[in-house]
Amino acid sequence: MATKAKDREELSFTVIDAIAHKHNVQPGAVIPALQEIQDAYGYIPPAAIERIAENIGVPASEIYGIVTFYSQFRMEPAGENLIKVCHGTACHLNGAERIAQVIAQATGAEEGETSRDGKFTVERVACLGCCSLAPCTMINNEVHGRLTPESINKTVSQVQEVQELAPTK
Amino acid sequence: MSWERDKGNGSWVVKVGLASCGIAAGGQRVYDALKAGIIARGLKDNVEVRRTGCMGMCYSEVLVEVFPPLGRRVFYRNVTPEQIQRIIEEHIIGGNPVTEWIIPADEIDNLLSKQRRIVLRNCGIIDPESIDDCLASDGYKALDKVLHSMSPQVVIDEVTRSGLRGRGGAGFPTGIKWGFARKSPGSQKYVICNADEGDPGAFMDRSVLESDPHTVIEGMLIAGYAIGASEGYIYVRAEYPLAIHRLEIALDQARERGLIGESILDCDFDFNISIRQGAGAFVCGEETALMASIEGKRGMPNFRPPFPAQSGLWGKPTNINNVETLANVSWIILNGANAYNALGTEKSKGTKVFALAGKIAHGGLIEVPMGISLKEIVFDIGGGTSEGLDFKAVQMGGPSGGVIPASMADTPVDYDSITKTGAIMGSGGLIVMDESACMVDVAKFFLNFTQDESCGKCTFCRIGTLRMREVLDRITKGEGKEEDIEHLEELAQGVKKASLCGLGQTAPNPVLTTLRYFRDEYEAHIQEKICPAKKCEALITYEIIPEKCPGCGLCAKYCPVEAISGEKKKPHLIDPDRCIRCGLCMSVCRLGAISVH
Repeated sequence: MATKAKDREELSFTVIDAIAHKHNVQPGAVIPALQEIQDAYGYIPPAAIERIAENIGVPASEIYGIVTFYSQFRMEPAGENLIKVCHGTACHLNGAERIAQVIAQATGAEEGETSRDGKFTVERVACLGCCSLAPCTMINNEVHGRLTPESINKTVSQVQEVQELAPTK
Repeated sequence: MSWERDKGNGSWVVKVGLASCGIAAGGQRVYDALKAGIIARGLKDNVEVRRTGCMGMCYSEVLVEVFPPLGRRVFYRNVTPEQIQRIIEEHIIGGNPVTEWIIPADEIDNLLSKQRRIVLRNCGIIDPESIDDCLASDGYKALDKVLHSMSPQVVIDEVTRSGLRGRGGAGFPTGIKWGFARKSPGSQKYVICNADEGDPGAFMDRSVLESDPHTVIEGMLIAGYAIGASEGYIYVRAEYPLAIHRLEIALDQARERGLIGESILDCDFDFNISIRQGAGAFVCGEETALMASIEGKRGMPNFRPPFPAQSGLWGKPTNINNVETLANVSWIILNGANAYNALGTEKSKGTKVFALAGKIAHGGLIEVPMGISLKEIVFDIGGGTSEGLDFKAVQMGGPSGGVIPASMADTPVDYDSITKTGAIMGSGGLIVMDESACMVDVAKFFLNFTQDESCGKCTFCRIGTLRMREVLDRITKGEGKEEDIEHLEELAQGVKKASLCGLGQTAPNPVLTTLRYFRDEYEAHIQEKICPAKKCEALITYEIIPEKCPGCGLCAKYCPVEAISGEKKKPHLIDPDRCIRCGLCMSVCRLGAISVH
């Protein structure tokens, strides 16, 4: 478990402890605390599960059970851009599968995967609630609606281009 | 119509619909362009640009509503930032509306004449981020009336008499539910607003929270006063960031004005509200699972009784109502139970909000009196199907509901009539399907969803739905067996009977209703190995019609498996062995040169 040990060293426990204390270290606040950890790190690092468990005084397995139960939580880092492909009823009827196919081609990542270059993580979601604009997807918290295979292809390549042009941090 | 109420005082008012749908269509850019354009032309003092929520006509987003100081208001549809300059110059400066961009008056009449907007009374009218706008529209007046002139029991009696039933789907009488929670002994009680709108195809609660959050908050406060609670939670999906943002703003504003907190409106009533974000589990829409989630556990349902009214959150008496239910409350208090129960049918009073989507011409957010027929919703309000194909069915109630065929479009929309069809009223998702929808595929779609979302506690729900999905999968692949239909029905009964919560008990409904009304489609898949709607990939082939193909190569460019080949400017060909039947070629071809059999 060498990687885990490394993980523990690299993580700033002060951040996690601060989040835990903000929520009064109560078992009832586990989910909001995990949500904040995911906001801070982009995912739930395994070491964070152990630390939160220590803070609250419950077994890590219990926290792990919560993290894996809710689809919001991710246990691996996401790519630079997060694409959520809506598969709601209206989107399904209006060709969501075809949109998903184009996104897979354009990014190189199937649903549930991160592209090799780390640029995109593609997720399948049940419904974004923008059914009147079906089919739709959410790219980095912005919803794009009334998609066609061509328009989503263009949007994805625009996201790619913008980032290639931008100076690297 | 109440829309007229907020005409400006001698100035122009221009509003942009900025709920999620409007923003997704580019509304923020239109709003910014409008503000900049007005300032650039020195019209800042004569024209007020306002933000508002969902106007309901989502099919026309981005919507811009223009109120002249004199004369009629008009709606511009599908507005882009580039169009703003002409609207300002010709309409606002020149006084002549740009008629070709306006929604015709008869279209708006058709949309609105059969609607009755109670829950949506402020949606698309007020600025959801302004408590003053809300107060000017009678916001918190019902709370004031309740605290100063009604006892908790009188409030409960009034709500009971209104006939309001739970709008989350189950339809339990709200006043009676409040009464149970009130009677339960205990000094600490809770009110929960269930905003975990999980049904795919439903966006009513999102729209209400984004467009008029104070009305929901006021409903919670009144419920809290009625049952004797001092604390409330709004459990809202994390997938709705804008709804959460506007709720946070609204809660802060209400706190500042002393409408939440201690000694509210100088009365002996304390109430606090906090937001909990759902972390993405459909089952948490079920009330016992929802409470487990607030308590920080895995969201798994528990056996009832005890009902939440006796032992709910942290073991205390708890009352849970859905967003739409709570949004009705203040109207009922202000206008009286009689005004509310005058609307609707004998057993289903008032109105119902629907998210109208799918293959519908005028999809959006609508509110209709109970008892209206499905036909009126689809054709009169919705304008019929969107692509010229025949209307085939509506799907109500999402994964817990069912399909109602076009032949039963006269069915009135009330709890009992809808239940009789095998579907359920549900929370308000109403998906219109045309001839292109395969009913076996639709059943598989919903079962996929419930199978994914099953929490795994009950064996029948966990494994029974999986076995059902396998059977449906087989059928859509042309590998169905003669006994499969019977097998599905048997499994469906098992899952219904042996599941603890609503998710499992209703999961087979989409399968059962499609079997009931579209059995011939199942039989065509099984016996003839054809998909009549040409949807199921394994049973169709795509071909290029040589006479129509100019050889542009677009289809070949998009084909994910390089199954299309041909010389430039000559008809192309699809290799059937390579083709994965994704249909992308057909989507991108602008000339209709690709056919499917």
